Amino acid sequence: MTKSTYSRRRVLQTGAVAGTGLMLPTYLRAEAHTGFTNAPTGDTVTLGFNVPQTGPYAEEGLDELRAQELAVQHLNGEGDGGMLATFSEQNLDGTGILGKKVNFVTGDTQTKSDVARASAQSMIQKDNCIMITGGSSSGVAVAVQGLCQEAGVIFMAGLTHSNDTTGKDRKANGFRHFFNGYMSGVALAPVLEKAYGSDRRAYHLTADYNWGWTQNESIAASTEALGWETVQNVLTPVGAGDFSSYIAPVLNSGADVLILNHYGGDMVNSLTQAVQFGLKDKQVNGKDFQIIVPLYSELMAKGAGSNIEGVYGSMNWNWQLQDEGSKAFVKSFGEKYGFPPSNAAHTCYVQIMLYADAVARAGSFNPCAVVEALEDFDFDGLGNGPTTYRGADHQCFKDVLVMEGVAGSGNANMMGYDTLSIVEVTPRAQVEYEPDHPMFAGGSLGECNPGA
Amino acid sequence: MDAFILQILNGLDKGSAYALIALGLTLIFGTLGVVNFAHGALFMIGAFCAVTMQRILGLSRTVIDETQTDFLGNPMAVQVPYVQDWFGAAAGATIQDWSVPLAFFLTVPVMLLVGWGMERGLIKHFYKRPHADQILVTFGLAIVIGEIIKAFYGANPIQTPMPSAFVGTIDMGRYLGLGEGAVAYPTWRLIYFFFSAIIIAAVFAFLQFTTFGMVVRAGMADRETVGMLGIDIDKRFTLMFGLAAAVAGLAGMMYAPILSPHYNIGMDFLVLSFVVVVVGGMGSLPGAVLAGFLLGIMQSFFSNPAFKGFIVDALRLNDTFTGTVINGLDQIIIYLVAIVILLTRPRGLLGRKGVMEE
Repeated sequence: MTKSTYSRRRVLQTGAVAGTGLMLPTYLRAEAHTGFTNAPTGDTVTLGFNVPQTGPYAEEGLDELRAQELAVQHLNGEGDGGMLATFSEQNLDGTGILGKKVNFVTGDTQTKSDVARASAQSMIQKDNCIMITGGSSSGVAVAVQGLCQEAGVIFMAGLTHSNDTTGKDRKANGFRHFFNGYMSGVALAPVLEKAYGSDRRAYHLTADYNWGWTQNESIAASTEALGWETVQNVLTPVGAGDFSSYIAPVLNSGADVLILNHYGGDMVNSLTQAVQFGLKDKQVNGKDFQIIVPLYSELMAKGAGSNIEGVYGSMNWNWQLQDEGSKAFVKSFGEKYGFPPSNAAHTCYVQIMLYADAVARAGSFNPCAVVEALEDFDFDGLGNGPTTYRGADHQCFKDVLVMEGVAGSGNANMMGYDTLSIVEVTPRAQVEYEPDHPMFAGGSLGECNPGA
Repeated sequence: MDAFILQILNGLDKGSAYALIALGLTLIFGTLGVVNFAHGALFMIGAFCAVTMQRILGLSRTVIDETQTDFLGNPMAVQVPYVQDWFGAAAGATIQDWSVPLAFFLTVPVMLLVGWGMERGLIKHFYKRPHADQILVTFGLAIVIGEIIKAFYGANPIQTPMPSAFVGTIDMGRYLGLGEGAVAYPTWRLIYFFFSAIIIAAVFAFLQFTTFGMVVRAGMADRETVGMLGIDIDKRFTLMFGLAAAVAGLAGMMYAPILSPHYNIGMDFLVLSFVVVVVGGMGSLPGAVLAGFLLGIMQSFFSNPAFKGFIVDALRLNDTFTGTVINGLDQIIIYLVAIVILLTRPRGLLGRKGVMEE
């Protein structure tokens, strides 16, 4: 009788080493690379559209969703192709991304940071999304950007205007195409000086959260540089509804300009109520009283109706632009939905195109390869003229629009979007700043995170 | 002085809205003993009655105007309202302009119907259940109503303008002897204040000087005894629910030009109204009105930086933590007042003994 020299432990150890050795080539093979989170393995790739579908910015979120669905159609070779034809890079040919058909899942952020994070988390863990995009609030953008950084997926921000998104809260995995508060201030200042002079006294009403604070800081700095005096800055609760008790003190404050650092429903209400208090008809310090809304959106204009006539503001993009990219997008969106796209819709559409193109150029879905492809990337043909995605902070630099409220046509198909008119296209050079500008200081991109 | 009067006017105007909603809330609590968290939704339905009337009067036929083009370069589809077809362009435009006041004729029947349906269909099943159950079911109902409104009207605020005759301000300075242009206040807000005062007075007169009101008051005081006298008090209370719904609805309808209606507008007012009811004293109608005006004025004054600056200066609290807290009081003043009043008068300003104390 012979006795075996192999113990049970030894067999298990040998098996484990052999198994690891056999699996290693599979692990290292590019196609089945699990070296980054949610590496697509089949013939499809899934994107996550995380937008507010309920809550105060729901209409904006739904418009973003329309544009996102349109972008997916165009990437998959359906429809008229929209901006694919006008994009300066011609890497996208309507066969999806890297030959994989694009699918998408949607989530509802409710414009609440915790809900948005939970929704993005589910998209990443359950739906295997390789990229998250969308949103209409800076608080949400910062929260979801942080989550994507930790999870190792790319975040292509939707509408977020706070300086902090690409300032102190910037992240290597996050990219913002939309402009910011600083750019609004710098673009508006020359127009305001020309229209109202350099001797003005401004009263600010500011939404009491991250975006409001940074916008107030930016606009106050720009107008004070003109020689304007900031009489008072009053923080107002988000969703206050009735702003009358904040507007009434403006009447006797000695101010001759009211700056509303409000967005969405708050802006609609505060502007409407300021007009009802007769501010636009008032004369103070021998000058006509003026109201300024630094950040405009078409949906806000629609809500505010005729109250926005003569009120200056700024925008990232507008459907009335006549460059080839904008015309192609407006035609594509207008024929599908029957009305023009908002600037929230535009930024989301462009972000998807930019992501898809970056993947195509990198030849990989690996987030770090995408980050490398997007950093310091110059492009054109997507509606804002020559644009650069700056590598130092992942902020897009492009022309900014200064708008003025006008009497609209009242035509139902226009949805009230024609109550905003482009006053000036502020050249990109005028709104550029150094990455370590004090309003953006304190943050660091850190290292790109590919995740798993 | 000008600023002081302006803040008082603003406080009265805000207070009238709070008082009107709180009045309906107290009416339902006082008669039926139900804590109705769907009361804000009734305010919202009223506001959307104004929107609906605006839409009804704006119903149009489409005419293709070949001389104009739309944003896609296609011939422009122009909307011609039917009222302008029927009554002529000028008269039709005037009728459309007066859509909010005309909404009165839609709001009252709709609200009475909604109130009746709500009470008979849902709330009557919760009379004998604990207050917590009533709060849960009415809060759930408010969410359902909000979502239904959102499905039909979208989530964006809808501009519902006042008649152009009431656009602009009234120069109160001239009437108060403070000089021309010293105190200018929005015309529609003053109309809202007087409208609220009339509705509040009418509700009190109805309860005080009619037999129906007398029976309801008797029922509020002792439901059992009134029932034993052979009076169908439940029927009268159902009608009171309808009346309270109509009051909330009218408050919402008239508020639509001030605050563009959206599906969540009721929730914005609900919490404040509850604070008003609690401060006024649960079940006390005069208390609700008094607290509405008191809290409206407090909120108005504490939103004024000059007023807060005056307090901080007077108390020599500049650059101190307390001074900073006082400067931020506008967002919490109502709740602070509520805490102080409830600590000193646990039943509220005019609360009755025994209400919600068993």
